[in-house]
Amino acid sequence: MKEVNSIFDVIGPIMIGPSSSHTAGAARLGKIARYAAQKDIASVKVYLHGSFAETGDGHGTKKAIAAGLLGMEPYDERLRNSLQIMDEKNIDIDFENKDLEVSHPNTAMIVIKRSTGETDRVTGSSLGGGSVIVTNINGFEVEITGDYYTIITKHIDAKGLIRDVTNILAEESVNIANMKVIRGYGKKEASMIIETDETVEVEVIDKIKKMEKMIDVIYILPIKENEDV
Amino acid sequence: MYRSGKDIIRICNERNISIWRLALDEEIELTHLSEKEILKKMNEVLKVMKKSSESFIESDSKTLGGIIGGESIKLKKRMDNGKSLCGDIINKAMIKAFSTSQHNASMGKICAAPTAGSSGIIPAAVITVAEEYNLSKNEAVKGLLTSSAIGKIITLNATVAGAEGGCQAECGSAAAMASAALVEMLGGSPEMALNAAAVSLKNIMGLICDPIAGLVEAPCSKRNASGVVNAMISAEMALAGIESVVPFDEVVEAMKRVGDDMNSDFKETARGGIAGTPTGIRIKENIKNH
Ligand code: SF4
Repeated sequence: MKEVNSIFDVIGPIMIGPSSSHTAGAARLGKIARYAAQKDIASVKVYLHGSFAETGDGHGTKKAIAAGLLGMEPYDERLRNSLQIMDEKNIDIDFENKDLEVSHPNTAMIVIKRSTGETDRVTGSSLGGGSVIVTNINGFEVEITGDYYTIITKHIDAKGLIRDVTNILAEESVNIANMKVIRGYGKKEASMIIETDETVEVEVIDKIKKMEKMIDVIYILPIKENEDV
Repeated sequence: MYRSGKDIIRICNERNISIWRLALDEEIELTHLSEKEILKKMNEVLKVMKKSSESFIESDSKTLGGIIGGESIKLKKRMDNGKSLCGDIINKAMIKAFSTSQHNASMGKICAAPTAGSSGIIPAAVITVAEEYNLSKNEAVKGLLTSSAIGKIITLNATVAGAEGGCQAECGSAAAMASAALVEMLGGSPEMALNAAAVSLKNIMGLICDPIAGLVEAPCSKRNASGVVNAMISAEMALAGIESVVPFDEVVEAMKRVGDDMNSDFKETARGGIAGTPTGIRIKENIKNH
């Protein structure tokens, strides 16, 4: 059964039009991608799938994704000019329509090159009403809605590792809201998605990163948090 | 906690309160925000609505798809010339609804109420009636609270998304929410508010979602204009004591079933209805080639 947790889910969100799924949701996807790249964006290539590709222009989808990449909220009036702003900041952004072989019609894959040369690939879908789900980051199968602070680990599947990570968080009194462990099919690599209610300090993330058997850690901020951009 | 129209009437009568008060109390309980904070947020919503509903009355500019535009200006001109067929209040409301629709289609800031596509209806209803009856900003905010309670029940028991239930779920819900707001703003009882909401939904039951080229422009903007009129006449009936033969909850349930049975061509896919007419297809091709 559906839940309505606030009347502002019914009368809301306040957003830049015309479409909550093609505009507001697209902006949120861009913002999650921005966080996956630790806000360091040198250039971007965006692949649009399904209805994003077909009706994206008439819905400002490209502008919305660019706005999210710049850290803007779906209600930011500068969203309309985001492509110019990207240009002024010398960030190259390029779009291409592509069948991403996913089921959801409103899907985008955002590939970011950081100034350090690293590449981040974020795939996500807009589910309607402005809500989104990111399903893949750099090959990690994830389910990120942008509602929480999220830590994603990629590690060698080893006994005790999950306990050690949660212990580190407990020591810092970080409250875990949700946790999911994903094991690669027959592979040695596994991944953990931990959603927390409050922000996690950089030092704590570093501590997890430095653990033995840890391959990589991604930390994503919630998109509801207003960023000064 | 209220989850149905029945709940609303029972609780409101037990506590001798209006629907807006019930919505506000429950929001406090659910979000732990104070009454003041919630009212501030709703004032913010009203501000966005006011701006969007006025922005295209004087000026004009192109929408993203370029399919619609200029409707508010034309209606206003006719009204200002004293020629209105429907009377000033209906015209003023339609002018506002068209303005918000154009604002939305031009990447303006709007408040989804309950969706972006139907965002013109509630502002047009609430703001026009507040202006015509000299009601304060607070009374308009109360109207928005009333409408949120109706929207919540439809969301819980059916849907407000065109892609799931057709336009009856979007513009129908918006009209139902708006009509209940108008009833309370004009002193009607919770029962009357729910009668108005039920009538609004019934008036356009079965309406499909068929936007040309998949864009929220046509027939959307005109459905916003007719949607606010639907809300107003439903409120008028309810305030006169006319009851909905079928109670609100059953109407919502019927609307859900109709939506479930609706062919997917008629649910925002832009294949059927107006989108699938020769003109609709031609407009779509034109947009594609530009
Ligand atoms: S036709 Fe579809 S897109 Fe247009 S207002 Fe109705 S439900 Fe929304």
